[in-house]
Amino acid sequence: MSRNGNLLEVRDLRTYFETDDGTVKAVDGITFDLKRGETLGIVGESGSGKSVTNLSIIRLIPEPPGKIVSGEIIFNGQDIMALPSDEVRRIRGKRIAMIFQDPMTSLNPFMRISRQLMEITELHLGHSRDQAYEHAIKMLETVGIPDARSRVDSYPHEFSGGMRQRVMIAMALSCEPELLIADEPTTALDVTIQAQILELIRKLKEDTGTSVILITHDLGVVAGMTDHIIVMYAGKVFEQSPTRELFALPGNPYTKGLLRSVPDPAHEEGTELYQIPGLPPDVAHLPPGCPFAPRCYRAEEICKREYPPFVQLTSEHFSLCHFAEEVYANSHEERRERDRIKAESASVESE
Amino acid sequence: MSTEAAFGLSGSNMPPPIERGRDEELIAIRDLKVHFDLGGGTIWDKMVGGSPVRRIVKAVDGVTIDIYPGETLGLVGESGCGKSTLGRALVRLTEPTGGSVLYKGQDLAKLSQRQMRQHRRHLQMIFQDPYASLNPRMTVGQIIGEPLDTFKLARGREAEQRVQQLMETVGLSKRFIKRYPHEFSGGQRQRIGIARALAVDPDFIVADEPISALDVSIQAQIMNLMEKLRREKNLTYLFISHDLRAIRHVSDRVAVMYLGKLVEVADAKVIYDEPLMPYTKALISAVPVPDPEIESTRQRIVLQGDVPSPINPPSGCRFHTRCPFVIEACKEIVPPLAEIKPNHFAACIRISPEQPHIEDVAPGDAPGLRDAERVIAS
Repeated sequence: MSRNGNLLEVRDLRTYFETDDGTVKAVDGITFDLKRGETLGIVGESGSGKSVTNLSIIRLIPEPPGKIVSGEIIFNGQDIMALPSDEVRRIRGKRIAMIFQDPMTSLNPFMRISRQLMEITELHLGHSRDQAYEHAIKMLETVGIPDARSRVDSYPHEFSGGMRQRVMIAMALSCEPELLIADEPTTALDVTIQAQILELIRKLKEDTGTSVILITHDLGVVAGMTDHIIVMYAGKVFEQSPTRELFALPGNPYTKGLLRSVPDPAHEEGTELYQIPGLPPDVAHLPPGCPFAPRCYRAEEICKREYPPFVQLTSEHFSLCHFAEEVYANSHEERRERDRIKAESASVESE
Repeated sequence: MSTEAAFGLSGSNMPPPIERGRDEELIAIRDLKVHFDLGGGTIWDKMVGGSPVRRIVKAVDGVTIDIYPGETLGLVGESGCGKSTLGRALVRLTEPTGGSVLYKGQDLAKLSQRQMRQHRRHLQMIFQDPYASLNPRMTVGQIIGEPLDTFKLARGREAEQRVQQLMETVGLSKRFIKRYPHEFSGGQRQRIGIARALAVDPDFIVADEPISALDVSIQAQIMNLMEKLRREKNLTYLFISHDLRAIRHVSDRVAVMYLGKLVEVADAKVIYDEPLMPYTKALISAVPVPDPEIESTRQRIVLQGDVPSPINPPSGCRFHTRCPFVIEACKEIVPPLAEIKPNHFAACIRISPEQPHIEDVAPGDAPGLRDAERVIAS
């Protein structure tokens, strides 16, 4: 059924949108694997295509103006792209579930929470009304809603943002899905509530063994939650690597730029933040060659003319760049330097 | 007689001006209050099924702090803490309901709108939403030039030159002077907002979440720009944000706000390295660190429960409903902002200058109690 422990295999996914401004190649050739029980982080800024990737996986792309032009999405050995839509509907919500960024837009404001939760299990698990009701309460308790029994019949607006997000998680996990896709689940929340929600997702993952795809622009969130990361830019995978390796030894100038533009407490006080110059790409009008070339510190003539190769740096680390090996080697250098400084200051302290 | 006056306490719970051998403060905020009355509690309300209790949103509830020339004061807190309202009250975009805002000896809170307009030259604001804060029907040139016209600072050719200069200063090409806001990206629009604020050569700028709506790589650009401008033009900033990493990077001092009150004030490095307040510790602990090694091993403090509503907030210390160190007295007494360490203020009755670390305080003990006021639940 599933090949070599992979729950999900995405092969050369392309999702394009036809607009007045031309064809927007929102996702333009994405390939990645997700193993069972793993958490994959997808990092990118506006226009990177990260959200469209996930909507494509569960085939929620509106057609028109969008269309999944090509590619395979193999879930548990089955190509979702080849399935008829009623089959996809059976998978969506039951075996693959999604949490969206703004809980208010995915919760129906006119329906009680109980009804929204019951809908799912009545449909997918064949629950009776009573079974579904009890299950709904159990799910709310699992996600930490206090007084679940008395609050289950409330409307979404009677909950705070953090609570609504928990309700969304409860809905997503109702049928014990094999894959949970969380699209910026905490961006709209306060930082202390974000910590609670991430803690919850972590715990639920441990308890149920669900695989998770976590989409975010926050590098701190992926650092703590993921096993592997893909960095997207202009609809393409720019770098793909196990999490620790990506942060310690980035192999792509874009990734390096991102890592350095996040304020780091260890930085010297008052120094300028590294900034990636220029603007996020206009995905309807990409230049020839590498889409990041206009903003890249390493760019040369070849970058503007030729599309870069997808270079394999280690068994699990890939980078889309003409100079991937050089950038990777520099990262090694920089780490040696950092370790050297740390060792020196440690020996000075002990004297 | 007000409660405070009955206890003879009206002046005593404010921190003394910070003696630092610095210049005088640029802005002195004294017991500033912004309360919004939502009504309710009348017999009529009870008849028609409205709120049986008078509902007042105490968005800003007695804030006292100085802002010094040339500094960036970071104001941090979560949603509903009142930080945006505080920023707006300083420039009178929202009317204060009590207290004073002293700028060069003048109490801005007491001025008429006409008198206030004179001061708007010196106090400007940059807004969070670069899409909502620019008039979509005006060109960039008109937007940036408008203040020059309003304050009669320049006209005609001279005004146009000044606008071009300002655009260059913020990193926008002069070519765009006749374009409309919708033709720009979020980061560029934020630059337009900054140029507009700078047009009148202000002393003080309130920046209300200036980078929250922007991509990470653009955030860095805008933060660097603001810092450069501060040095070149001798500006003073109140930088309001919920993004703790950004605040730490840009601020000299940081004030932490919770439900309308300041709970901790200290130099930026100190607040992050040695926070005293349980809330501040939890806030800092909640920020994910972009380093997998650290993230996998560090101990997080995860608060239970939600942020309470600013409508009829909790009694005594506002944070008591979520505080892991709460004792009975915390529910009754409003802690004053006290100087626990030199230039490090915190509002908590369980710590004092002799015992600054709450984890070391004996259970049930409140060494800061003798400095606190007793508040009658009203």
